[in-house]
Amino acid sequence: MNSSQLFGITTLCYLLSAIFYVALLVFKNKKVGTIGLVFAIIGVIIQTVAIGLRWQESYQMGIGHAPLTNMYESLVFFAWCTTLFYIFMEFKFKARVVGAFVMPFAVAAMAYASFAKRISQQINPLIPALQSNWLLAHVITCFIGYGAFAVAGGLGFMYLLKKSGIKKGKDQDSFTGSLPELKVIDDLTHKTIIFGFMWLSAGIITGAVWANEAWGTYWSWDPKETWSIITWFVYASTLHARFTRGWSGSRIAWLAILGFVSVFFTYFGVNFLLSGLHSYGAS
Amino acid sequence: MATRKKNPIWAFFASVKLALFLLFILAATSIFGTVIQQNQPAAQYVKEYGENLAHLFRILDLTDMYNSWWFLSLLGIFSLNLIVCSLERIPNVIRLLRKDNLTIKPERLAKMGIRKTLALPLPLEQSVQRVGDYLHSKGWKTKKRQKDGGILLFAQHGAWTRFGVYIVHLSILVILVGAVIGSPTFAKKVLHNEKFAFKGSIMIPESQETNFIYSFTNGKKIDLGFTVHCSYFTIDYYANGMPRTYLSKVTILENGKPVILKDGSTVHDLKVNKPLTYKGITFYQSSYQPYSDFLTVLVNTKTHEKQTRIIGGGKQIKSKMQPISFGIINQEVRGEAVQRMKIWFSDNQADPATFWVNNGQKAIIKRPAGEYELTVKQLYATGLQVTKDPGVWFVYIGCGMMLVGLFVAFFMSHRKIYAFIREEAGQSTLIFAGSAHKNKVGFEKVFSKLVDEFQKQMV
Repeated sequence: MNSSQLFGITTLCYLLSAIFYVALLVFKNKKVGTIGLVFAIIGVIIQTVAIGLRWQESYQMGIGHAPLTNMYESLVFFAWCTTLFYIFMEFKFKARVVGAFVMPFAVAAMAYASFAKRISQQINPLIPALQSNWLLAHVITCFIGYGAFAVAGGLGFMYLLKKSGIKKGKDQDSFTGSLPELKVIDDLTHKTIIFGFMWLSAGIITGAVWANEAWGTYWSWDPKETWSIITWFVYASTLHARFTRGWSGSRIAWLAILGFVSVFFTYFGVNFLLSGLHSYGAS
Repeated sequence: MATRKKNPIWAFFASVKLALFLLFILAATSIFGTVIQQNQPAAQYVKEYGENLAHLFRILDLTDMYNSWWFLSLLGIFSLNLIVCSLERIPNVIRLLRKDNLTIKPERLAKMGIRKTLALPLPLEQSVQRVGDYLHSKGWKTKKRQKDGGILLFAQHGAWTRFGVYIVHLSILVILVGAVIGSPTFAKKVLHNEKFAFKGSIMIPESQETNFIYSFTNGKKIDLGFTVHCSYFTIDYYANGMPRTYLSKVTILENGKPVILKDGSTVHDLKVNKPLTYKGITFYQSSYQPYSDFLTVLVNTKTHEKQTRIIGGGKQIKSKMQPISFGIINQEVRGEAVQRMKIWFSDNQADPATFWVNNGQKAIIKRPAGEYELTVKQLYATGLQVTKDPGVWFVYIGCGMMLVGLFVAFFMSHRKIYAFIREEAGQSTLIFAGSAHKNKVGFEKVFSKLVDEFQKQMV
């Protein structure tokens, strides 16, 4: 058994989990939701083993390093963070249907990592720029943030769906009836954004310290850095709008979605569309 | 405060609307600089975008937008907004902290969101004693006051956490101050001292040294005040051909004498992610340049006489170690890198020796008249980025403050507990009430646990 086989099983688990969560949304059968959760947990456990195994495999190749150094590994890690964050949230806040809006992100990331032609699954040795202890701190902080923002985006989407269901006056019979109350979704979105914001800030800071260590400049306005600060601005605005101007509901939901679009661009768009210092993340 | 509020300029900079607007504008305009490549030669923009657009970019400074007057002004207004906004609100927080919480009317407690009423079969004084002791044992220090036919107890935690958000605001200002202090432009134009903060680079060929660097901003020389010597540069590759390490061996010289560095030696292994700092100036391994010349080191193993020379390929030199002469008569090259070379070596004693040797590998040459070690290595220059940034510690302290501030602002709260105790016919009635300015749900749990435990103790 090697790590890529385990990643394949993980993808399958996440896919099943997403399907069962969506089924929970549609059929409102609680057992179905439990199955969704079980698959998510099994998936995350297998994925944890797989990440560890890939780490070990890199040592066997004599180029040992944490599996966080290219697009494939980062996508896998993104799926892992998102799922783990979601499972934690489900246990803490008992809002099970949220999985129908979050697990698809994890499936998409895993599937894209495995099947996209431009993404190489090979374990490559670390180029000199990446040989630093800051690598772990930087990638982990950023991706916990990304994972939380993915969940917040899913929650925002869910809020808008529920709201439109209520507006049409058929909330109780349609699938949106099984979604949590608007107030609950709104509160969860807010909490998730706060959590993500904290980690994004830490991610930007660890990146700055590392850049200063490697290149002698903690901030050089390279596209990745700039997009991360744009994302930071978007969420900072969101938090201020809520704390000081009392924004909530649909507005915050839209901002959560806009924020995730910005995260998505910081993560993908920059690597594929723009050029800069972070180019090693692109393949 | 009242007079301040009338000042329209103050009011403008104190508004959160302005902050939201600025955050939005900063985010939106920052996008330009990620789409339009920054700091390219002017002709590049004309080629890529056409004459008219390139002209527009120039007018709007979009080719170096993050240093443009308008972007820096936006950041300036943003800072001002942060300062005024915080100054406007901090007095309110201080007032909240100084507030005498015991003035609250007992009826208000009965309307608070988090509350619980208990009865104790004890007279007033004893009940107050019990409640006070209990809360104290749980870490809530109480104050008390007699009022409305009963006694009010009050305790609070984390009042200071209301400052969390201002710690974050201050941290941003500290970071920006650090950025200004470390800015070469600021050093040059305001302090008129280029040596205060600079960024530049230098190429040092192996066996050579320098006491200046070239500034990034204007290409001019900046004196270091000491000398940097590079004795050796090498690139190490992985099996698949990817570079593993760029390594320069450098020595700092003061008045011609090597300086003992922090690690106790005079020679520092400079690598990517392993810079060298001396007198506030930091050297980073950033590039390299291979030459067609060779660095040769010849050692007479008996006399330990040593000689370092740079020679060109295909040339023969006479060594100072008489009567030796040697040269490189052939070489095998992959890309720009010489893999091995053929050496010609003579000491005028017998037939000259010719042999192949790998780049940088020591060759031992045994001759009837003596034994020699010859190392021939393709000559490289190491490219160092050199930075002096006295503001970086402000930036780091600001970053630390930001994380602490965010944590305080988001995850800690100001919690208050009230207990009003009144006696009726030898029995005491207790009203517990509490409030938290954030995470009310979390505090409600703490509150219930606290009161329930008290109830159990009393039974």
